[in-house]
Amino acid sequence: MMDHAFQLGDRVQVRDLETEEGLKGHMRAPLYCRGKTGEIERVCGAFGNPETLAYGGDGTPAQPLYRVRFKQIDVWPGYTGSWHDSIEIEVYQHWLRAA
Amino acid sequence: MPHSHDHDHTPIDAVDTSSSDTALLADALRLVLIDKGVFSARDVQEQLALMESRSDRNGAAMIARAWVDPDYKAALLTDGAAAAKTLDHDTKGTPLVVLENTAHVHNVVVCTLCSCYPVTLLGPSPEWYKSKAYRGRVVRDPRSVLREFGTEIDSDRELRVHDSTADMRYMIMPTRPDNTDGLTEEALAELITRNGLIGVAEI
Repeated sequence: MMDHAFQLGDRVQVRDLETEEGLKGHMRAPLYCRGKTGEIERVCGAFGNPETLAYGGDGTPAQPLYRVRFKQIDVWPGYTGSWHDSIEIEVYQHWLRAA
Repeated sequence: MPHSHDHDHTPIDAVDTSSSDTALLADALRLVLIDKGVFSARDVQEQLALMESRSDRNGAAMIARAWVDPDYKAALLTDGAAAAKTLDHDTKGTPLVVLENTAHVHNVVVCTLCSCYPVTLLGPSPEWYKSKAYRGRVVRDPRSVLREFGTEIDSDRELRVHDSTADMRYMIMPTRPDNTDGLTEEALAELITRNGLIGVAEI
């Protein structure tokens, strides 16, 4: 298992391995949060890496999984709801960088 | 037999998909696997019965217990899967995150990538939960979507969307309604709807 790189409250940005590294795989961070910055809400433990699991691999080494909280106004430029509103998304560690 | 039963006779307005390409393919695959002894026809029926036995009453019972028992509530918010087990419900090894609605925050769940859902606690997911319209809209315009469910969230209350994209499953703990002090746990559970446990409705 990979060591945890982030803690509760850390600011993180979602990477896009498909454009950064030409990853042709199974990146499960939704498109709408890629490049966006949020805050670690919870450390969820470690789980099989979906990039390899999707292709019949064993998912090792397990990747730490986090719940990241974003302000909706930071995710959607034209967001029309309240500025209080937020969205939380599960993102694996290797798809995040410190912000 | 006298014609006194209570259903009406309007035509059932649903598309019959039993002869679609995917249905035929699934049927053929099932027959081949039974032929090869991978599983039996009885196994299939037992799995169907198991799927149909799961219902949102499981989740409702957990929330009703939390409403009357502060220790259970704390346990449920800390480790949902472990708290489910103490009431003989099982999340099949998947972690469960239970999120509490408060005066300041209202929570709602979606899975934008597919349709992840805590089936053992809420039963089979409703069709709208799997629709592209719900999955696409509730993340970017959640207040309008909730309004379509008849749920108005005050603008000074944070609306928090949870996109279930990986290994967690989610259930919402609605706010206990006022004037329910005299109700038993069972009566409280009857107030709790599936939509309340997903977060598109309040109780």
